[in-house]
Amino acid sequence: MGEKAKGFFVTGDPLIYGADVSIIITLLGILVFLTYFKKWGWLWREWLTTVDHKKIGIMYLVSSLLMLFRGGVDALLMRMQLAMPNTHFLQSQHYNEIFTTHGTIMILFMAMPFMFALFNIVIPLQIGARDVAYPFLNAMSFWLFFFGALLFNLSFVIGGSPDAGWLSYPPLSELAGSPGPGQNFYIWGIQISGIGSLATGINFLVTILKMRAPGMKLMQMPLFTWSVLSSCITIIFAFPVLTVTLALLFVDRFFGAHIFTATGGGNPMMYVNLIWMWGHPEVYIVVLPAFGIYSEIVSTFSKKKIFGYKSMVFSMMIISVLGYFTWVHHFFTMGAGADVNTFFAITTMAIGIPTGVKIFNWLFTMFRGRISMTQPMLWTLAFIPCFLVGGATGVMLAAAPADYQYHNSYFLIAHFHQTLIGGVVFGYLAGLYYWWPKMFGFKLNDRIGKWAFWTWNIGFYVCFMPQYALGFMGMTRRVYTYGWDMGWAPYNMVSTAGAFLMGIGFVFQVWQILYSIKHGERDLTGDPWNGRTLEWSIPSPAPHYNFAHLPEVKSDDAWWDMKNHRYGAAVPNKMKEYAPIHMPKNSGIPFLMSACWFVAGFGLTFEWIGVGIAGLAGVGICLLARSFQRNTDYYIPVDEIKATESSLGRVV
Amino acid sequence: MHSHENHGSAKTYILGFLFSLILTALPLWLVIQHVMNKALLTVAILLIAVLQLIIQFFFFMHIGEGEKPRYHVMALILGAVMVFTIVAGSIWIMTFNSQVH
Repeated sequence: MGEKAKGFFVTGDPLIYGADVSIIITLLGILVFLTYFKKWGWLWREWLTTVDHKKIGIMYLVSSLLMLFRGGVDALLMRMQLAMPNTHFLQSQHYNEIFTTHGTIMILFMAMPFMFALFNIVIPLQIGARDVAYPFLNAMSFWLFFFGALLFNLSFVIGGSPDAGWLSYPPLSELAGSPGPGQNFYIWGIQISGIGSLATGINFLVTILKMRAPGMKLMQMPLFTWSVLSSCITIIFAFPVLTVTLALLFVDRFFGAHIFTATGGGNPMMYVNLIWMWGHPEVYIVVLPAFGIYSEIVSTFSKKKIFGYKSMVFSMMIISVLGYFTWVHHFFTMGAGADVNTFFAITTMAIGIPTGVKIFNWLFTMFRGRISMTQPMLWTLAFIPCFLVGGATGVMLAAAPADYQYHNSYFLIAHFHQTLIGGVVFGYLAGLYYWWPKMFGFKLNDRIGKWAFWTWNIGFYVCFMPQYALGFMGMTRRVYTYGWDMGWAPYNMVSTAGAFLMGIGFVFQVWQILYSIKHGERDLTGDPWNGRTLEWSIPSPAPHYNFAHLPEVKSDDAWWDMKNHRYGAAVPNKMKEYAPIHMPKNSGIPFLMSACWFVAGFGLTFEWIGVGIAGLAGVGICLLARSFQRNTDYYIPVDEIKATESSLGRVV
Repeated sequence: MHSHENHGSAKTYILGFLFSLILTALPLWLVIQHVMNKALLTVAILLIAVLQLIIQFFFFMHIGEGEKPRYHVMALILGAVMVFTIVAGSIWIMTFNSQVH
């Protein structure tokens, strides 16, 4: 290997060499598989160029599960090191890199795409639409996320991972503190996928406001749809702040400016201020859709209309706006003064009120309901106590004077994993189990799912409860070693055991999916849970055009009402004749344009100006090419609709 | 997918583009050339930014059009609240910060 290659590829760590080998083997395996089974054309036509929201959702889902695996491995490596602090399992530099990538990947490349997967799979079906408002833009969003994530993940074998923490505070993340390409990978990976996130926010906002089935008023929308609407509003206002902040950091690093440097008139605290202006709304962006999922599940499996629908809607809208006014609680210790801290302590505590309202509504919905203990319901039930404790410790942290004690300690780590795992991950998993039959046409196996559920849940408490104690004992975050005399070792050992239990839970889930593909209970009705909303009125998996007839909505819980009063899709033989359906055409441009972004990002990461300009030129050419495309839609003929519907067992 | 509304002409788009270019270059030039003192410069940049915002609203986002202008009004009010929060909030927080000289 030449000198140049030595600087380019990450060398010297056996863990990384192992990763290199497995990456090469996996890539070769995929290439051989696609070539041997002649699947290249299929891959291009059915997946890479698709603008179908259901397929885009599935691609989001697969990517996010892969990222969950990577972020999870990062977590386990950290826990191993902390269980054996003096063995030098990880060097300090390696540890820094791993906690940085763990945080960034879990929030931006796991939680966000998992959420977008559920947006894509559910929203058009739930509001009775045939696609999103901008299908081309939707494909664009996915591929931008995909290539952004790819760029970020590449850093650990090429160039070196970022190591300045998941929010990369300057001056450490400036050129003087982080001279290598790692920090540039961070900036460009997030920037490229961030454009996609913003576009998705706009896309689904417009979809929900403009594409609802005839008759569906705003106050008749399912609560998941409401939660997505509120999340999208927050995305639209929060993500531009992130983009601008990281762009300014890039200007500092690339052009030698002094916006956030510690010298030359720069102000690093302005970065902290700006990044949390995105960072705090971000946690509400990911948790609001989870609240929506719980609402759907609680109502379906209690066989009751949701309790307090209007208060649910209002509390979500309040959270989405109020979530924008709490960001300083992440840096009370900056010393902004008593007035500032008091204001933000109060707003932070205030946001607990609408959240509490929602918890009571879920409980009252279950009260005297006929509850069936399905997998989605189990995760929902596990969420309530978990999130309650997470919320309570959150109010503790919100008390600004007390925060001076908790700040930067493991107490904080425990708190926010409790809200993000107990709130967000449990919610998305509940949603995954709930809508899985709609995506793939079969249910996930119950027995293995219960094993996964219990290992996940027990593992969660075993992992994070000791961390509250560790925080009180003075253990700060981001330490890779500590002396045996600190008394932290037993708690860390227990915590690590819990982390591995959660890892086993994940393995159970992978097994569960693989097992259920072959043996899972097939869903032939399209309505396996006796659901209440429109997505259950069509076959599973949904046909390409979703609804052969657009549903006419007359009340909330539209499908439940149709079933009870015998109209619409509940009495298919009374349906009118089919009409041709207007659909968007597939396009390769989203894939190609995002690939060009990837090239540009890679070039700018290594400061290879030529490559960067070439990539950006490619982006420009793709934009031009798209703007001259006229032939972008087509009609599905009636015969094809008839054939599809009868093959799905629906009466013509 | 079939739109019968007026989305502006090539002329208004080019005009808007030119205005935007000028209003982007102007503050950069003001800063580089040290034309004014710091306080005046800050006010000038803020004013140019607001002007840019208005140009974008009318030339590119067609703010006065559409069959349901109440969505526009709601979005604009919320946007104004958010922008006020970002700008005024940052100034408030950062001037309180004892680290700032």
